[in-house]
Amino acid sequence: MSDNKTSELGNVEPTPGSTKIDPILTIDNVVRSFGGLRAVDIDHLEVQRGIITAFIGPNGAGKTTLFNLITGFDKPDSGKWTFHQLANAKSWTTDLSGLRPHQIANKGMVRTFQLTKSLAKMTVLDNMLLGAAEQKGESLRNALLPSRWRQQENIILGKAEDLLERFKLSHMRDEYAATLSGGQRKLLEMARALMSEPKLILLDEPMAGVNPVLVESLLVHIENLRDEGVSVLFIEHDMDAIMGISDWIVVLAEGQVIAEGTPSDVSKNPAVIDAYLGTAIAEELKDV
Amino acid sequence: MLMNLFAEIDVGKLFGLALRTSIGVQAATFSLAAVGLNLHYGYTGLLNFGVVAFMAAGAYGMAIFFTQGWLGGSILLAIAGGLAFAVIIALSIGLPSLRLRADYLALTTIAIAEVLRISFRSQRLLDITGGPFGLPSIEDRNANVSFADVITVDWNPIGKGNYGAWFLEFDEKTLWVMIIGWSLVSLASLLIWGLMRSPWGRVIKAIREDEDAARALGKNVFSYKLQSLIIGGVIASLAGIVRAFDMGFVETQQFRPQTTFFIWTVLILGGAASIWGPIIGSMTFWFVIIFSEELLRQMVDSGWIPEAILQSNDIASVRMILMGIMLATLMIWRPQGLVGKKEEAQIDVR
Repeated sequence: MSDNKTSELGNVEPTPGSTKIDPILTIDNVVRSFGGLRAVDIDHLEVQRGIITAFIGPNGAGKTTLFNLITGFDKPDSGKWTFHQLANAKSWTTDLSGLRPHQIANKGMVRTFQLTKSLAKMTVLDNMLLGAAEQKGESLRNALLPSRWRQQENIILGKAEDLLERFKLSHMRDEYAATLSGGQRKLLEMARALMSEPKLILLDEPMAGVNPVLVESLLVHIENLRDEGVSVLFIEHDMDAIMGISDWIVVLAEGQVIAEGTPSDVSKNPAVIDAYLGTAIAEELKDV
Repeated sequence: MLMNLFAEIDVGKLFGLALRTSIGVQAATFSLAAVGLNLHYGYTGLLNFGVVAFMAAGAYGMAIFFTQGWLGGSILLAIAGGLAFAVIIALSIGLPSLRLRADYLALTTIAIAEVLRISFRSQRLLDITGGPFGLPSIEDRNANVSFADVITVDWNPIGKGNYGAWFLEFDEKTLWVMIIGWSLVSLASLLIWGLMRSPWGRVIKAIREDEDAARALGKNVFSYKLQSLIIGGVIASLAGIVRAFDMGFVETQQFRPQTTFFIWTVLILGGAASIWGPIIGSMTFWFVIIFSEELLRQMVDSGWIPEAILQSNDIASVRMILMGIMLATLMIWRPQGLVGKKEEAQIDVR
């Protein structure tokens, strides 16, 4: 596809651990072992700001484990990772290692899950409202005093309705999330994550189990996110989707980064073809 | 035979007694404890199988502070002491176990409830808790002196006498404690209603649905669960305090694990995650219990049920069997309870 956004990347070397011009996330020496197995073992990895980066790799490559580690849902044996923020012409760096999941989310790095976590016995709208950050009424001190949070709630409500409109879920607004289809739940989870206006969104297999028609619109949503300035990091197995929308691809195998580069770099990389894709898929990729 | 039965049964007494209990102090205290449990389980999804620990903490805390005169012998300060004790119990359950999976909390709560009951009962604490005799001491009890006197006698605005009619006739003490009990039920329900319609309540419900989803959206799940455990625990401890005022004494017999499961029954019967659930549940629970007990008693007394099948001593056990059958039936046909929302039902056996 031609609309991949490579301008931000400049001439970054397509080698594992290469330095990016403007990284949003830097991962250093992160190791996580399960017994004797090194599930994740990353020396150095930078994720570029403002683009769509895909993590690919065979099953058991450590993609989801890495997601869990950097979002605080799992603890690494060692290593650190830092978040580079940029706002009002100022930039600063936050060490995220050792922080708890909610602290990391509040820094502006929000994730979704491979198995969707829609809150089944809450309405679609309540799911959305929950996503908002810094609602004062979420503190027990203010909860019983609606005057302290009503106005903010109305702003959040407006935002939630806009997002539902965009993700074509408006008609389901007052339904319980349990009634949504699998694909709609993926959409809801993504929309909900956007409520907090994250800087970096991590999507764990957003296309898995979604019907092909909905996949198309999911892809458009992800591209729109990037065009609005949100950096996207996603794990996916659907090769067409990955080649179609990723600006940069990181290939993991056995916990390590074995290659990175643009989709065309990666599809030509012999290490990737040998270690992961196999010759059959390599043939298929020639047509992309 | 059937005609014979109807002739023997005193229908007025049957409904009268059942109705009396369903609006009585016991129903109010069970309802209050269920309001607390509803916040824990119905809204936050915390499996608290130690409701009775909070009730015991409140009742014993209050009674100890008052009889020991540690807080200047003021009953209000003693009540505050009882509530503070409940907060300590909530912290000691929550801090170690709320970070773990839900089942660990369930185990911890059962354990703490038993540890508390057995400690209160121990000879070693005889001077403070009265050991197996409870509080107030035997001498005080023989002299009819109780910590409850300030509330039920000195501060009782209702003049001496009996009020109401038929089976719904109460003396001024019982009536006053009933008023206190049901007022607290209303206030606690109002508090929960206010909390659950706020963004705080939204986070609480989200935690019930999926903790990790709430975490991923930046909510400090541990802190919310602890807040829920404390608030619900304090409400349940008030139930223990009201019951202590009604009885006039505290004893470890009142805080056996079965009370916890009665309160679970009340909540599930009425409907978890609903404001009216604990109230309707408790009234129904006591109505059914007393109704079936009285019916069985009359049937045994009139000889309609032969002594060979059921003796009057066994009626108390049989009514629990009936209660169990009723609960199981309800679970099958109405898992959301009497007034709960079907879509928000916590238990679904189908």
